[in-house]
Order: sequence, then C-alpha cells, then structure tokens
Amino acid sequence: MMVVKIDKQKWSSGINQLKSTYDVYGPAKQGKTYEFQKLGSEQLPDLTVQNTTLSPKSIVFPQSEKMFSFHTDENKSGHHILKEMNNQSMPKAVLGIRPCDAKAFQLVKLNFDTCEYKDPYWIRAYESTTLIGLACNNPCSTCFCTSTGCGPFSETGLDVLLMDQGDSFIAKSLTPKGENLLKTATWSDSFDPATAESILKSGKEKAESKIASRVKTDQLASKSIMKIYEAPFWDDVAFSCINCGTCTFSCPTCWCFDIQDETKGCQGIRTRNWDTCMSPLFTLHGSGHNPRGEKTSRVRQRFMHKLKYFLDKYNQGIMCVGCGRCVRLCPVNIDIRQICNMMNSYQPS
Amino acid sequence: MQNPYLPYPVRIDNVTIATEDKSLKTFKFIFLDPNDEKKFAYKAGQFAELSVPGKGEIPIGIASSPTEKGFVMFTVFKVGLVTAYLHNMKAGDIMGIRGPLGNSYPWDLLQGKNIVIIGGGFAFTTLRSSIVYMLDPANRPKFKDIHVIYGARSPGMLLYKDELAEWERRDDINIHMTVDRTDDPNWKYNVGFVPTITEKKAPSASPDTYAIICGPPVMIKFTQPVLEKLGYDHDHIIMSLENRMKCGIGMCGRCNIGKELVCKDGPVFTLSELNRTPREY
Repeated sequence: MMVVKIDKQKWSSGINQLKSTYDVYGPAKQGKTYEFQKLGSEQLPDLTVQNTTLSPKSIVFPQSEKMFSFHTDENKSGHHILKEMNNQSMPKAVLGIRPCDAKAFQLVKLNFDTCEYKDPYWIRAYESTTLIGLACNNPCSTCFCTSTGCGPFSETGLDVLLMDQGDSFIAKSLTPKGENLLKTATWSDSFDPATAESILKSGKEKAESKIASRVKTDQLASKSIMKIYEAPFWDDVAFSCINCGTCTFSCPTCWCFDIQDETKGCQGIRTRNWDTCMSPLFTLHGSGHNPRGEKTSRVRQRFMHKLKYFLDKYNQGIMCVGCGRCVRLCPVNIDIRQICNMMNSYQPS
Repeated sequence: MQNPYLPYPVRIDNVTIATEDKSLKTFKFIFLDPNDEKKFAYKAGQFAELSVPGKGEIPIGIASSPTEKGFVMFTVFKVGLVTAYLHNMKAGDIMGIRGPLGNSYPWDLLQGKNIVIIGGGFAFTTLRSSIVYMLDPANRPKFKDIHVIYGARSPGMLLYKDELAEWERRDDINIHMTVDRTDDPNWKYNVGFVPTITEKKAPSASPDTYAIICGPPVMIKFTQPVLEKLGYDHDHIIMSLENRMKCGIGMCGRCNIGKELVCKDGPVFTLSELNRTPREY
C-alpha cells in the first residue's frame, strides 16, 4: 500500500500526464446532468457532483458493443464466417468513481467471469480499467450503501481511494494497478500511512453517520425462493410500474443484454446491446408464449433477481450497492428500499 | 481467452423436410474445420446455437447422437425470423454452430436403469439423440428395458419415421407410436393422446425406472398426473425446458427460472427440481 498527498495544483498536471497512457474518464456536465465522460485534453473531472445520473457501467460494458464482423458476399472468401473485432483500446482510468459504483463492477464480474465461461469483452475491458474512487464526504439522501455491504469510504473494487481534504487529496493505492497510476501521474508526495488511516477512519465515521437510509437484508437468505415469489404483495409493488426500464438502464449492477446482427449490403456486424427485464420482448418465445408476459412477473423478476436469486446463487450479498439511482429516477416512485424490507420481513401465513 | 460467442463455421450438407406440413426441416451440418467437430463433443440432451450471420442465433436441441460421427443434425420448426430464413437455406450454404450448450440427460445416473421416453410433437429431437445413443451396440448393454411413447397430431407429423419403423422391428426397444387421430387405413399403431397411451403402455414405477419427458406444455401437463398415478417419484421424472435465449452460456439474463438458468443449469431438470423453482417457462 502506498499513500500520497496530492496538492490540488498538482492534480491537473497529473491528470494531463495520465492522458498519454490512459483514456481518462470522469464526471462532467452533459446538458442538465452529470455523467462519466472521456475527458478532453485540458478537461478535468468535475468532482463537485455527488454522483452521476447514470452509472459508469458503460465504461466497461458499453451500451452497444461490436462483437464480430462478417460479410455475406459469396464471391469473396470467408463469407458467412464471423471474425473477432479488434476492440483493443488504451487502458482506461476512471477518476472520481464512487465506492458504490466500483463495488458494482465486482458484483457484475461474478456473472461475466465464471469457471465455465469467460466473457472476453467484459473481462478485457474490466482488467484494463483502473478505478480511482472518491470517498463520499457528503452522501445523498437516497444512498443506502451501508446496508448493502458497501459504504461511502468502501475500498472494495477500487484501485485507489481518494479523500478530498479541501486543498489536497489523500490518495491510498489499494492494488498494483493503482500504484502504477499514481506513479504515471507523478503524484508522489508521500504521506504517513498511519495518519492517513486515522483521517480516513474519522472521515468514514462522519460520512456514515450522515446516511439516514437503511434497508434490512438479514432474513433474505433464510427464506425460500418460492415463498417470497408467491408473496401477495407483488401486484401492489408492480401496480404503478410502467415498465419503462429506467431502473435497469441506470443501475450499476444490471448487466442483461441482447445480441443482434446488423447488416448493410454484404457487410455485417454482430453486436450486443443492453437489454431490460422490464420489456416483454425480453422473454417472448417464438411461439408467442411468454413466461413473463405480465407486468407483475417482470417487476418481481427484477427484485427477486437482485435481492434473492443473486444472493442464493453466489452468497456474496444482494445485487445492489445502494447507490439510490433507481429510487431517484423512477417516474412512479417505486423504491427498492421499501421492497427489500418487505421481502426481508415477509412471513408467509 | 477463448471467445464463447464465436461459432464454429459449418456447411449445410443436407436439408430434408421432416413433416408433411413442411413446418419442420432436418439439417445436417459438416464442420469446415474437422478439428472443430472434436471440440464440439456433446452428450444427448444438449443444445447449440445455430448462427446465421445477418439474421441471428437460435437455441436448438441436438438431434444427432454423439455416436454418429462426421456431422451434427438439428430438426428446426419454422417459427420466427432466423428459423424462417434457415428453412430457405440449402445444401452448401455456410453458417455457424456454437456449443454444445447446457447440461444433458443424466447419463451416469441412467446407467443400469429402465428408461421410459415420452415425447410429443416437435420435441422429439434430443429424444432421438438419446435413443440412437442408447441403441448403439457399445451402449445398449448399459441400460435395462427401454420404452418409447411418441405421439404426434397425425402420422405425417411424426419425426424420423424411417427410424421409428426400424426401431419398431427391434426386440431391444419397445416403441409405442400414437397419433391424435387419423383416417389412414394403414396406420397400425395407437390412436390417442400421449397421456392416455402412457397410462396403458408405460411400465410401473420402480427405483430403477426413469421417465424422460419432452413435449408441448399441454402434453406435459396431462402426462405428469399419469406418471404420478403409476407411482413415479418426482426425482425420477426428467424434463427438458425451452426458454428464450441469446447467449446460451448463462450471461445475458433472460432464460432464468428463479436462480437457475435454463441455458446453463438446464435445459434438463428433474420434476422435483422444477417444483422448487418459479414456473417461468
């Protein structure tokens, strides 16, 4: 572990140094909202924003991603045979990612990096990305990360943790990747690790005390899938849902995708695109039969997947990091915190 | 890193119409690179993604048996975009196959057991694979009695008719073909729905007897109580599911029934396993 102090005067010069080795991403104003963007040559991440409207998942898992190319011209060799595309790019550095969003990558990794199959697109992108997290001194009112095994100063999934000290940052490297990045940026003013730990500890306590929102998850594991699935509250939960998919779109831990072929003349590509369990097309059979044809079954699928199936399957907690985006963005005010508590406390009669 | 989304290139060797209404066709594929055939080592009950560049991919049960070498075979019902296009493809055309995917019928468990295969309509493909596999001279001694109850709407809708006739003549397998109705005077087999014929022909339950069921939901719905009446335990009833799939490797998230993914944890489940999962199939 290496701890350095970064004076804010050296912040911008370091970032500019990074840009020769990394594609640097950070929060930036985009219309009315803040989103993670690839930063331009003189552009700095805007760290005044509490968190971006959308999660930074697209940096590792693009909303649309080319998988293969092919051609269908039978007069040329190799027709109708898929070829892997060269998706190689510079390593990426994400500055100012929040601890919740970094932990989300670790949860999603359980899906894409399994003992049977490895998703090469996701894994390559994830492995070439360095996450420089910014501890949350002032969490949002909708944050409930301390209930999800995360927290405003959580180090899980991060390569570097930054804490804003006003005129400087304390930067604690957590991985060799993080150490490399600090060196590349020539942020090297060493700082006493023990002092850093005590500052981080008191910062953490202060930030955690500001988190007013909590959910209970302690009973979820002991309940049977079928009992919660058959609970009587799902129609009420789904009643106001319009299946718009805002929750899955903005969620840092939603990974479901579709695969589609696109062609123009004899040239074509196979792409994968974000998909959503809120759409009836997601599960529609060719025959017209749909196992989740009703709105209620789709809403239930989302919450059961996040809060029960994932928990049972991996034993790594729930598939939610408590970022609060779906709570803030849902147009009909469906609140995962309330549903999680309902599932947790549900006693079948 | 091996890319599990990359199909093996194949050439269509042969296309045959499988049913009288032409809604099903059987495709034989040959791997362009013979080494790919070795990599595509499969077991009866598994499926693959048939990959038509420009159209997409479809998950289809493998109809050939692992004991049949030099080709892989699929019987495809024309139902959507990819299958409709595939039905118009011809011998010599190039496409891809990705797999084998999913689990298989539990062949280790089934060794030394009586097997009752119950199939209906188009869902006979992986059952054909299983029958050919079990009847292979090297494998037949590994199984005790084999019964097959297979029904379709009419004689012309039965798949693999030539093979059925051939199996019918053998004394090491009991074939019970049936049709819902027919006015064909030459039809010498059963008439009636699969559950009815199952009640008449299926051996009674024993710890050594396993039923494998594959068919349309309505057939499964009415066959299940018949097997229960015959005394079959739910962990002796083996079923193969279908759900919409894209990736086939447990990643894209749509084919789950509860925490199980039909593509990776299935498609084969026992009824006792299914009793513990939401019926989202």
